[in-house]
Amino acid sequence: MQQSDLKVDGNAIGGLLREIFTMEMTTAETTCAGCGKVHAVGRVDVYMNAPGAVVRCPACDNVLMRIVQGRGRYWLDLTGIRCLEFSEQT
Amino acid sequence: MARAALLGRLAWQVGEVTDLVPETPKVSSLVIDVPHWPGHLAGQHVDVRLTAEDGYQAQRSYSIASAPEDPRVSITVERLDDGEVSPYLVGEVKVGDRIELRGPIGGYFVWRAADPRPALFIAGGSGVVPLMAMLRHRRAAGAATPVKLLFSSRSYEDVIYREELDQLGAGDHAPAVIHTLTRSQPAGWRGYKRRIDAAMIDEVAWPKQQQPQAFICGPTPMVESAANLLVAAGYDPAWIKTERFGATGG
Repeated sequence: MQQSDLKVDGNAIGGLLREIFTMEMTTAETTCAGCGKVHAVGRVDVYMNAPGAVVRCPACDNVLMRIVQGRGRYWLDLTGIRCLEFSEQT
Repeated sequence: MARAALLGRLAWQVGEVTDLVPETPKVSSLVIDVPHWPGHLAGQHVDVRLTAEDGYQAQRSYSIASAPEDPRVSITVERLDDGEVSPYLVGEVKVGDRIELRGPIGGYFVWRAADPRPALFIAGGSGVVPLMAMLRHRRAAGAATPVKLLFSSRSYEDVIYREELDQLGAGDHAPAVIHTLTRSQPAGWRGYKRRIDAAMIDEVAWPKQQQPQAFICGPTPMVESAANLLVAAGYDPAWIKTERFGATGG
């Protein structure tokens, strides 16, 4: 991987998610609140050109997650995810 | 009840560049000595952060190219002329320079040599980097897992790790390395000369009856196309892992 621009995937926010969660999150599974499909975070679509990261469902394009960081704070919008499931083991 | 294994907050570390290896005219590898490196898995990446004198910071993700068995952390970077980070890492950085990085990151696009399933690696351009970590891991672990690499590059000169791949592809239990050169080919080239298509997948990919797994890394359109071709060839989408890095870079 060499991250460049625009549409990438959930692997590219593995580091950002590790700022927020204590676990490795690219293997976590998201259930889309829009279409109900389940995808590993590493598999979802990520757009890095917004102010922050916009994470979309690869099946229906619904926004799963928005992560914005600035002025020493995080804003984490998870309304597009019905369930985020991940292992106790890292 | 067993408690979850908490990793704690991922911290930035400072590593020292100990070697620079030109791979192609636009691509170089950086070997970085990171004190207290916790070790990594083949396919994981690091985040690299540069800070300008005025405090402006730019950050990018780069796959780790070195095997887990190698104590050094090596990344391979393609110089993107309009990039903020890669023109520094390819061209300006010198042996002895210090670089800020954090990792290892990721667990989805990871291959373990102990996994007995036949593996198909498909790379476009610098997408070969995490797959090279997997091939180096396979060699270091002495694994005989059937592995094929289908590697799409623009030209012969653009083939990253060309000599090492030639060496890796020779000998007993060697992985099969299959190149396609999409823009120009040297005289007498006998390999593929086109973008990855259904006929090529049909000739190269492990048959679905073997229940193989596939790892695909490269520019987004190439990765999505290759993944769709594998599904059309009967692969279960759950067998396919992808890593996409945007519109450029191939």
